[in-house]
Amino acid sequence: MRRASLIVTGLMLIVAFFWSTPFLWTLVASFRPDSAIGMASLMPDYKPTWANFAEALDTGNFAIYYLNTAIVAFGILAVQIVTISLAGYAFARLSFPGREAIFYVFLLQLMLVPPILIVPNLRTIVDLGLYGSLLGVMAPYFASAFGTFLMRQTFRQIPRDFEEASVIDGAHWWQTLWHVLLPMARPGLIAFSLVSLMAHWNEFLWPLMVLNEPRTQTLTIGLATFALGTEGGKEWGVLAAGTLLVMFPLLALFAVFQRQFVNSFMFSGLKG
Amino acid sequence: MRMKRMRHALPYLLLTPSLLLLAGFTYLPIVRVVWDSLHDRPLGQKKSLFVGLRNYAGLFSDQAFLKAVTNNLIYAVGTVPLSMALALLFALALQRSSRVNAMLRALLLFPSMVPLVAAASLFFFIFLPGVGLFDYYLGKIGLRGANWLGDPDIALWSLIGITVWKNAGYYMLFYLAGLQTLPGDVLEAATIDGANAWQRLRHVIVPLLAPTTAFVLVIALINVLTQVDHVIVLTRGGPSNATKLVLYYIFEQAHENFAAGKAAAASVLSVAFLLAMSVVSLKTMERGTHAAS
Repeated sequence: MRRASLIVTGLMLIVAFFWSTPFLWTLVASFRPDSAIGMASLMPDYKPTWANFAEALDTGNFAIYYLNTAIVAFGILAVQIVTISLAGYAFARLSFPGREAIFYVFLLQLMLVPPILIVPNLRTIVDLGLYGSLLGVMAPYFASAFGTFLMRQTFRQIPRDFEEASVIDGAHWWQTLWHVLLPMARPGLIAFSLVSLMAHWNEFLWPLMVLNEPRTQTLTIGLATFALGTEGGKEWGVLAAGTLLVMFPLLALFAVFQRQFVNSFMFSGLKG
Repeated sequence: MRMKRMRHALPYLLLTPSLLLLAGFTYLPIVRVVWDSLHDRPLGQKKSLFVGLRNYAGLFSDQAFLKAVTNNLIYAVGTVPLSMALALLFALALQRSSRVNAMLRALLLFPSMVPLVAAASLFFFIFLPGVGLFDYYLGKIGLRGANWLGDPDIALWSLIGITVWKNAGYYMLFYLAGLQTLPGDVLEAATIDGANAWQRLRHVIVPLLAPTTAFVLVIALINVLTQVDHVIVLTRGGPSNATKLVLYYIFEQAHENFAAGKAAAASVLSVAFLLAMSVVSLKTMERGTHAAS
């Protein structure tokens, strides 16, 4: 038994090593001084340099890309937190005619994920005069069926006694929601935030369709443009550095919130 | 009196922001895309003409679309079972909590956290013929590489490889959660009855994990239909349509060929597929989320 589990661990170490080679290569290549020779090698047989990062930062407008991506991801999240808290509260705590039916209207959206509706949504964005703007990228995500679902579950797990005390004190529903329920729903909110931030940090197709000038581009679009321009040959180290720059915030976030990440991932299934 | 009416209206007021947004960006677009798929606007004219099912007829006589559907099927068959099987194996191997296992889980999870675009740009180099990571190391053990993205017979399989690499760790998480909910006494009973590891897996664990599997399957199928970032970055649907997936076809028709009717018709078919799937799986989804929460 003991030996069997050692063998399994050994096998998984090998699997995980092979699984990680793309990242390992990125790390090694991004610090390699001379891009032309032995570019594919996973061995860091050189004196590391920041030159590739400097060049990547120089070529792409990373500062603007970071800023735009942050605006999109955090802007979506901020609005979502309001909409999902209100809707989640309604579903969890209030009873009203049509609740089941309306809930199914929400549930169905879990499947009808936005990428499949890019064509009509783009027309809506154009009609609203939001084409080319970051707001246009964000708007379709302001409501979240998944988030509503999650908040409903989270609120439901909070014992009613807590609210009743505050209601007896004469508090309005929004005071109860703000002072009692939301603080207690923090695990759910954190889980949702991580999933939502990650989904929109990583998004590519929709921003690509909505945004039309360099000034408004996001990290993923910048990286794709960058990658397509790299066909020349010896700029692989620069591409590796650029890719690392795009991935770094997520990996850092993961390192800090590892446990919550794993939990929220399992919680989710579907993107925020 | 006013107070009471307020209380009746409150739930609807709370739901209004979400419902307006869902209507504006999910339900009306569906109506709109169905309408678009039945109309066509001749070049230079302002008014759309009702053309019945002509856009659909056009779609099905378009070799590129038929190729995209076939590719998507191959892509589904290539990615879904393999990534799910790997996910289950990884979860079984790493289910006991230890420091090493936590690290290994994190390593396997990494690919699913980075943008698909970033993964694609890494594989841009990895798949590079001759000098890329793959061919470099294949060369070291005396094997000849291939033109991973340039050969029409191989390119789709290269993308399938990226997808499996990216998603297996993600699906592993669901199986890890599922394994935690398994009743220990059932497994023990099977062991006492003399079931070996394979029999326990085959007759006890896999059947008990059926809800998890159904849940993961739905997510995997949605991913198959909605993620084409790697196609855009790596192959643009080529060579000779070998990697064209349905959503890439839609993107191309709408964004590059300005064939709104065809793009709309293809969108409607995709929506119909997702709707059909959701009818089958809504119940499972609810159960799955309960199990995970």
